[in-house]
Amino acid sequence: MDSSTFASRKSWSDRIFDIIVYLVVTFVVIVTVYPFLNVLAISLNDSIDSVRGGITIIPREFTWDNYVKIFSFSGLITGFKISALRTILGTLLGLLTASMLAFTIAREDFQGRKFVSTFLALTMYVSGGLIPTYMLMRDLHLMNTFAVYILPGAVSAFNVFIIRSFIDGIPYALQESAKLDGANDFTIYWRVILPLAKPALATIALFLAVGQWNAWFDTYLYNGSNEALTTLQFELMKVLQSTTTGNGGDYRSKIVSAATNQVSPESIKMAITIVVTVPILIVYPFLQNYFVKGMTLGAVKS
Amino acid sequence: MKAATNLQDLPTKKSSSGRAWKTLKNQKYLWMMSIPFVIWVFVFSYLPLWGWTMAFQKYKPAKGFFEQDWVGFDHFKTLFADETFFLALRNTLVMSGMGLVAGFIFPITFAILLNEVRLGFFKRFAQTISYLPHFVSWVVAAGIVTKMLSGDNGLINDMLLGLGFIETPIQFMAQGHLFWGIVTLSDVWKETGWNAIIYLAAIAGIGPELYEAARVDGASRLRQVWHITLPGIRPTIIVLLIMSIGNLLNIGFEKQFLLGNNLVTDYSQVLDLYSLKYGLGMGRYSFGTAINIFNSVISVILLFTINGIFKRTTKESLL
Repeated sequence: MDSSTFASRKSWSDRIFDIIVYLVVTFVVIVTVYPFLNVLAISLNDSIDSVRGGITIIPREFTWDNYVKIFSFSGLITGFKISALRTILGTLLGLLTASMLAFTIAREDFQGRKFVSTFLALTMYVSGGLIPTYMLMRDLHLMNTFAVYILPGAVSAFNVFIIRSFIDGIPYALQESAKLDGANDFTIYWRVILPLAKPALATIALFLAVGQWNAWFDTYLYNGSNEALTTLQFELMKVLQSTTTGNGGDYRSKIVSAATNQVSPESIKMAITIVVTVPILIVYPFLQNYFVKGMTLGAVKS
Repeated sequence: MKAATNLQDLPTKKSSSGRAWKTLKNQKYLWMMSIPFVIWVFVFSYLPLWGWTMAFQKYKPAKGFFEQDWVGFDHFKTLFADETFFLALRNTLVMSGMGLVAGFIFPITFAILLNEVRLGFFKRFAQTISYLPHFVSWVVAAGIVTKMLSGDNGLINDMLLGLGFIETPIQFMAQGHLFWGIVTLSDVWKETGWNAIIYLAAIAGIGPELYEAARVDGASRLRQVWHITLPGIRPTIIVLLIMSIGNLLNIGFEKQFLLGNNLVTDYSQVLDLYSLKYGLGMGRYSFGTAINIFNSVISVILLFTINGIFKRTTKESLL
């Protein structure tokens, strides 16, 4: 309504401004999305044909072979299981710890409030560093265990403060009336606060899940030689870093190797990349509203 | 105030401590819900700081704490005499500096442009797409970047060849002097949309009456951006700037680890990778710890300095 009244006397410079805005935003969209579509197309293209190059976003010779091939790698199956498990457990545990701590430090009458929140906040600014942490994991006998994926990062100060600022917005009267009804603090947390804090919890759940799913360095550092505890990201990293197809290289020898191995390493790389990425792409549009809110909330508060 | 009441209550001290005991008992669930995690944080975040003692020892894993040989600042002396250290420090500072500048310019510009898109559907679509790379891991992102810049059939080389700008493909990933730019642009590609969220929220908080007044006065859209939008998000920019500068040395090493290779080490090795390779990788735990300490201490000093400066000049503070 408002814009239409002004559209009629849109000035010349505003029109150019509009054109630039749409051009740049369109360019950003293309630059963001093209690489993913290109990778998808190569992963669905016949591997020998792919060596010729020139595939854009549509496969030239469509095939599922690359995917069939990668699912016969045992490392990938184990990696998928471990990644899924750490994502589920790590998210649940992270939600529990962050929400409980947030609940306690959001209570103004809690005597330990100042101590607990300062103790947490300090961890955001000072860290022991790579090697002291490594040595600690060794001393705690967490090397070559699944627990090393879950335990060290289970309490995150950042997440606590995001949930806490959300709880601050829930009227305290709700807690008081629950207390009058004879509820103890744990019941209030479980029955009153948790259901009301769902938007914040959804945001944190997404952060935690994405962090867990995408982690690879802990596998590299602590469980690199333990095939039973490998993760999907780590397997992908190993495949991508393998120099079987370095930059350049002899075109002809690559055709030969592709022909003999049926699947060229390049197609394999692209197919694994897609497998690793798809779970996240499926989840994130549904949670978009939540995390935008959560991000904004956290930023405004901190 | 607390002390004053305590003084007044001196004769009835017993009842005061009794009251404290009662509060403690009343809040037992709150304590039970926080103390276990405080201990947890102590173990995983504070105990590594105890490990800093290693840097002042000739640390041998087999020995107990009291059996270690203490060497004072020897490891730091070795560190400051090592040319590789200064190379790593330079790389860390340059790449974080470039990341800092790009990490502000691109998201702010993108947020402003997106805010000017009037088609609601296109705006939502573009925003949703722009977050996408934030959610993929650096392993995937590095794989994609390497693929796009690849010497055979990489998109960038194909385009340059097709347009006739070059005769033979450029081996982007093998050129040291290109590495900093590649890392920075990869970061821009991955995080611009995500980082724009905060600025978009800040822009949404600017009162529409300001824009209306400007329109009545005949200000063009560009002038509105310059005189209303930019000043409107200034506080947000400052807060985020302080946070980023405090993290200047904590830029992480994932990008450098995954995008780097032996040909570009002189440009890709950052402090954490240096401690990983020359400390942990060679079993020199004490030396590696010294590197980590240097990193952490400088970060904290930076954070407090910058925060202090901003506090004095703009009255905005984080701490």
